[in-house]
Amino acid sequence: MLLSLLVVTALAVIRLRDLFAVVMLFGIYSLLSASLFVVLDAVDVAFTEAAVGAGVATVFMLGTLALTTSREKTPSTHKPLLPLLAVLVTGAALIYGTSDIPPYGDPGNPIHHHVAPRYLEDSADEIGIPNVVSSVLASYRSYDTLGETTVVFTAAIGVLLLIGGARRRRSEEPPRPDHEEDA
Amino acid sequence: MKQYSIPRLITKLLLPLILLFALYVQFHGDFGPGGGFQAGVIFAAGFVLYALVYGLDNARRIMPPWLLRVGVSLGVLIYAGVGVAGMLLGGAFLDYGVLDPHDPVHGQHLGILLVELGVGITVAAVMVSIFYAFAGRGR
Repeated sequence: MLLSLLVVTALAVIRLRDLFAVVMLFGIYSLLSASLFVVLDAVDVAFTEAAVGAGVATVFMLGTLALTTSREKTPSTHKPLLPLLAVLVTGAALIYGTSDIPPYGDPGNPIHHHVAPRYLEDSADEIGIPNVVSSVLASYRSYDTLGETTVVFTAAIGVLLLIGGARRRRSEEPPRPDHEEDA
Repeated sequence: MKQYSIPRLITKLLLPLILLFALYVQFHGDFGPGGGFQAGVIFAAGFVLYALVYGLDNARRIMPPWLLRVGVSLGVLIYAGVGVAGMLLGGAFLDYGVLDPHDPVHGQHLGILLVELGVGITVAAVMVSIFYAFAGRGR
């Protein structure tokens, strides 16, 4: 049910040319994904998806629309055969790949026999907090989380360098290019 | 948005709840769903809402950009600092067990709390500064 709603939303996103509506539909898409994660018992992931995907990302995209334009350009007409072929081949390969995936929820799956049992059984004694997701994220897999935090940090620096302080610097120090020419 | 009194009033009512919920998610992440990342995003969402309704200038007065820049780096520094502190106390990098010499489990609690705080600060500051960058650009 949720998956079919996701497909409907995705199709609507493809068909629409009004980017404001597309951004709103993206928010709905994220909310639907979040509900899907709740159904799969991944509440922490659902939480993130709802907060980032449906909340903040929508605001950022609206901000981008305010800077650019809210109409999508009509695409130049070209033959759809080659892209269609590429999509069909890729899709067929992906569907063929799913036949190799172990069945969902099977306790014999490899993912349940690597480090997960150790985390689940020893977390209460070693870390002592009830939310095992937190103890895996912040303690057992702390290197990963440090890396993720650094990625967020780097992303912010990139965005700020690209569109952050440029306008202010120009108004504060207008004669700067001339100095560089003199030098 | 001076003319819309209903959004202004609703924002005034919602904002403390949003920020309080962010703090709850931050410090209750050990016991329920949530943690630093989600808390940071919710905290930033509160500020974005304030800036949308009350204007960017008012938001900049409360959370100035220099403070955000400090926050962006401070979070990562707290995180890495906890790791280095573990090294100085004789453990491995990011080994929280040594943070409390008497009880390793308590050390783990402290380490996770600090690390999540670092993540929360960085994420909140990053989100708000990206929003400032976008919103300040169009004017």
